[in-house]
Amino acid sequence: MRPLGDDTGPAIEVRGLRKLYGQTVALHDIDFEVSKGEIFAVLGPNGAGKTTTVEILEGFRPREGGTVKVLGEDPFRADEEWRARIGVVLQTTGEFEDLNVREVVRHFARYYPDAQDPDELIERVGLAEKRNARASKLSGGQQRRLDVALGIIGRPEVLFLDEPTTGFDPSSRRDFWQLIRDLATSGTTIVLTTHYLEEAEQLADRVAVIVGGRILDIGVPQTLGGRDTEATVVSWMGPDGLESVHTTAPTKFAADLHARLGGEAPGLTVHRPSLEDVYLQMIGADTAATAALASAAGVTTEDS
Amino acid sequence: MTVLTVAPARRLPRARLRRIASLGLYRGQLELLQFFRGTETVVFSLLFPVFALVIFSSMFDGEIAPGVTYSDYLVPGIIATGLMVTGFQTLAISIAIERDRGGLKRIAATPMPRSAYFIGKVIMVLVTSVVETVVLVAVSVVLYGTHLPGTADAWLTFGWVSLLGVTACALCGIALSSLPRNSRSAPAVVAPFAFVLQFISGAALVFTDLPPWLQWIASAFPLKWMCQGLRSVFLPDSYAAQEAAHSWQLGWVAVALIAWVILGTVLCLATFRWTKTRDGG
Repeated sequence: MRPLGDDTGPAIEVRGLRKLYGQTVALHDIDFEVSKGEIFAVLGPNGAGKTTTVEILEGFRPREGGTVKVLGEDPFRADEEWRARIGVVLQTTGEFEDLNVREVVRHFARYYPDAQDPDELIERVGLAEKRNARASKLSGGQQRRLDVALGIIGRPEVLFLDEPTTGFDPSSRRDFWQLIRDLATSGTTIVLTTHYLEEAEQLADRVAVIVGGRILDIGVPQTLGGRDTEATVVSWMGPDGLESVHTTAPTKFAADLHARLGGEAPGLTVHRPSLEDVYLQMIGADTAATAALASAAGVTTEDS
Repeated sequence: MTVLTVAPARRLPRARLRRIASLGLYRGQLELLQFFRGTETVVFSLLFPVFALVIFSSMFDGEIAPGVTYSDYLVPGIIATGLMVTGFQTLAISIAIERDRGGLKRIAATPMPRSAYFIGKVIMVLVTSVVETVVLVAVSVVLYGTHLPGTADAWLTFGWVSLLGVTACALCGIALSSLPRNSRSAPAVVAPFAFVLQFISGAALVFTDLPPWLQWIASAFPLKWMCQGLRSVFLPDSYAAQEAAHSWQLGWVAVALIAWVILGTVLCLATFRWTKTRDGG
């Protein structure tokens, strides 16, 4: 039985969330909301507070201050009925070594009041050929698919994913993104942490960047960190080699360049800062050297 | 108990109990399936006591009292050790590994009632203990001519001592599983407890041969009482006079084991964690 008014509010509501580890402040009064059906990505360097934040939302950790509501309830005090509406995709744990894929999925289906059909789900995450393989014999990417299957088997209204595509090859990553988009389209609210900026850009409706236990910025990937208004790099082949200019008016600059050269500028590129550029700037990494050269986002920072 | 205390039950209590029971049984089935598919665990935890029995009884020979050989003395001790290994050692190590890998967190993230997990563990421990004990008794009957208990009373004692003993061990195992910091250190943290207790509790060596101070230490732990209780089942009544207290002290066996069951429960509730210790991130 859902609380009244549950369907109108945001899926997740966080106000003044504070977390201490002993004397250390891990989260400094953070605020955010996630609407129903939204895909929300949490980015940040290791140790920034991503996992802590998500674990508080999942109900695994208590907090020292603030209010947290997920589907209208305080996760740390929530009951099994709330749990049945939440899905958590954890990093591969490998505890099922001696069970096969089908046994594991059927086993988890038993826990939920309205579980998906295990065989259909195995098909959907692309493990149909491996349904009788022991979990310990799966490749890294296949194990992640199994993790995902266990996270969504109960048809969650809110799904948490912790670095979901680590270990995927590019094509399975795209399949996976499609699966996530499909879930979001069908109304599932999705919160994911990731180290892959391309993943955040491809999937997320909004992105939050957490550094040192504070939210530095929160917004759609296209405008994060003032990315839409930030200087754009225009470069072209001049008589003495590659020339490039930082400008906030790239269209005007290109028109002027055209007039000045009396025709096409050879090798013209107009490069807006990628999500990775603004992200690295925000977390304080030195991006001056890389900004001009940065190709499309998707070059990944390695996870620990 | 830092994480996720039991949520208030909103469901009808009876429906909830039925759900807990059915998922608990289901988990027990799964635990057993995993246990018996894991060849190494089966071999080590089931055959280790058999090896111990064979090795120790071939090392020492002869009678330790009229009509009681060292092998006779060893059989109940090794049965008790077997119960301790399946209840305490195997459980403590396997839960520590599950926790470290995140398997416990994954279960805790589902709407499965927490108690179903423990019911599953209990079922696994009880079944493996029975299998283990049957194997050990069969080996002793064949190799050492051990007599099966002749009276209903003896069988009853066999039953309650084993059940209380394995329960106390399992609860301590669950509690101790929270101590190792990661799965690599789990065997190193857990094994010494079991190893030392075996030698000072009258499982491998004749208890009354030990110096009194060691006997006192051993008396604080359950294994000594399990061994003594099982000796009353397998040794002739005349041997009771040779015991440290010149009697089987079955009343004290019950008191000691029940005390450990209570202590084990308290320790479990105080220490059990579903997630690893804080790791920031």
